[in-house]
Amino acid sequence: MSQPLHAPLEISFDYTRSLGPTLGEFVTALAGRRILGARASDGRVHAPPFEFDPLTGTPPAEFVEVGPGGSVVSWTWTERPLDGQPLRHPFGWALIRLDGADTAMLHAVNAGSADRMRTGMRVRPRWADRAGTGITDIMCFEAEEDATTRDEHSEAEPGEPVEPVEPAEPAEPVTMITTPIRLSYDHTVSPGESSYLLALAEGRLIGQRCPACGKVYLPPRGACPVDGVPTRDEVQLPDTGIVTTFCVVNVPFQGQRVPTPYVAASVLIDGADIAFQHLILGCPPDEVRMGMRVRAVWKPREQWDTGAHNIDHFEPTGEPDARYDSYAHHL
Amino acid sequence: MTDVAVIGFAQAPNERHSPATTNGVEMLVPIFHEVFAATGLTKNDIGFWCSGSSDYLAGRAFSFVSAVDAIGAFPPVMESHVEMDGAWALYEAWLKILTGEAEIALAYGFGKSSAGNLRRVLALQLDPYLVAPLWPDSVSIAALQARLGIETGLWTESDMALVAARSRANARDNPAALRQAGSSDVSVVSGDEASAESEGTVRCLWELLARPYVAEPLRAHDCAPVADGAAVVILAAGERARELCGRPAWITGFEHRIDSASLGARDLTTAPSAAAAGNAAGASRAQVAELHAPFTHQEIILRRALDLDDGVNVNPSGGALCGNPMFAAGLARIGSAATEIINGRADVALGHATSGPALQQNLVCVMEAR
Repeated sequence: MSQPLHAPLEISFDYTRSLGPTLGEFVTALAGRRILGARASDGRVHAPPFEFDPLTGTPPAEFVEVGPGGSVVSWTWTERPLDGQPLRHPFGWALIRLDGADTAMLHAVNAGSADRMRTGMRVRPRWADRAGTGITDIMCFEAEEDATTRDEHSEAEPGEPVEPVEPAEPAEPVTMITTPIRLSYDHTVSPGESSYLLALAEGRLIGQRCPACGKVYLPPRGACPVDGVPTRDEVQLPDTGIVTTFCVVNVPFQGQRVPTPYVAASVLIDGADIAFQHLILGCPPDEVRMGMRVRAVWKPREQWDTGAHNIDHFEPTGEPDARYDSYAHHL
Repeated sequence: MTDVAVIGFAQAPNERHSPATTNGVEMLVPIFHEVFAATGLTKNDIGFWCSGSSDYLAGRAFSFVSAVDAIGAFPPVMESHVEMDGAWALYEAWLKILTGEAEIALAYGFGKSSAGNLRRVLALQLDPYLVAPLWPDSVSIAALQARLGIETGLWTESDMALVAARSRANARDNPAALRQAGSSDVSVVSGDEASAESEGTVRCLWELLARPYVAEPLRAHDCAPVADGAAVVILAAGERARELCGRPAWITGFEHRIDSASLGARDLTTAPSAAAAGNAAGASRAQVAELHAPFTHQEIILRRALDLDDGVNVNPSGGALCGNPMFAAGLARIGSAATEIINGRADVALGHATSGPALQQNLVCVMEAR
């Protein structure tokens, strides 16, 4: 068996998160270019602040301003930054203990090269142009001497972004942040699904039969869900079948491609033991019924690829309906 | 209290790029058959099933539901899932037997780590408010931990390389271990694996230490390579365990603990949660220990936290450094440790699993022969 089909799969979602009282305080302060810590019951200052005291479990009673300068407690170097990381060129990750804090925070250090990084190095935050985004309000940290140099030559190096003007404390507290998450995968289908998809590209339907119970699965599955054994015997199937059950869709939704009302049905292909969902077009919705004989309407051949959408929809064949007891056990 | 023992274990070969789907069925079906053949059980004998896996790894919703196809769950079975390593699924299975709701239980874990960019996907296990938005990768976080230990004098880069060399030497006898392309280390290490003084090992260490950093101070040999795989462990209660296995691995301690999610508030040179779990489970009695340490320095931290002296045989399988399939590697550690007892090579064995960044959460399972 050759390598199963695989394709890139990109998923993305913008997580919106409500911050709550403690992180809201911290993030609101960041938007005003200040960094807050919280004093714990043992007197230690945690920066970023804890939401619940590690010893007593109570919310912080006192916020204290820390930094903005601090010292590197530990560091490493990233030669090839990953998508989403604070800087696009090589940079250091560091645990940074801000002045006045007893704990460290994780952030990027824009140091130019690894040999400029060291434990104990003094760093300062470099603020991002945008405020109110959360921890990314701090674009990165940089060596104190670099920050000072840049302050002294405010029109400094060509191509360098100009240090943004210190914003005033925002009128409104920041209560929400949005974190976009994008992930890339190489999605692989099973060997059975590969055969199925390759056959679809030729306008054919292929199922697989379980060697134990004899049931035919379309699309094939990695294992028979009844017996837990691979279903390797391929079965050629026609593109005709019956409607086992259906519903009339009257509700519009985003991405809908057929005008309402229309019928979404469970279609059981002749010779298969598991139904799949598809559209029934070609007759008024109120004429669709359980047991109705249907056939696949394929898209024009030039639009075929290795996907289930090669079948545009199913339409009635006009043959007599199947008897209820012939499909009752497939409901 | 009911006595519960591990009576069966199987694992899929660790692969760098498995052709399997992310729902694990192709990796799970063969090992279910293997463990049933070895124990004489069938799926109908299993009173409770529990799996460990992650949709973030699969990049799709409810991937563990598709995995249930591998069971052949008809008639319907009693089944559960944890979004954690299969070791925690085993913990749930153990509790299920202790409550009397099952006599035989099966835990499995699976992960196709190679489907996405693993060290980036793992950023999503971090604090979603103040850390994950920066996308710090798992290797960089481990590197911050490794440096702290080096600079406080707790271990050296040579100590770390020695862990890698020993793991790779041990993995020669483990058919499931990841075969690392282009790796000459295994053949360079002398047959007498533990002797740091032997010329072969020293030569090997020099070679390892001459290589470039991946994330300073970590080199490639310090990091578990990305691996796809699956593992399954069967538990049985009392008499049933004795009937099914000549030398069951009786569980005498099974504990898990967690440290703060705040990386900067933890002392990363230690693993208090591992120490607490080990203490409660009786870790220091172990003769052999399978430690789930995805980075070389983490094995050093765990040895200390679990109070394992130099006489303890650590990671005879080669450990996670030679096969770290996400969500299965911790369960495989427990299964490998249990196998040491079942095969008569040890009387007391320890299996350990970790989860989260920089050894944040730790589970210890101590087993013994009777």
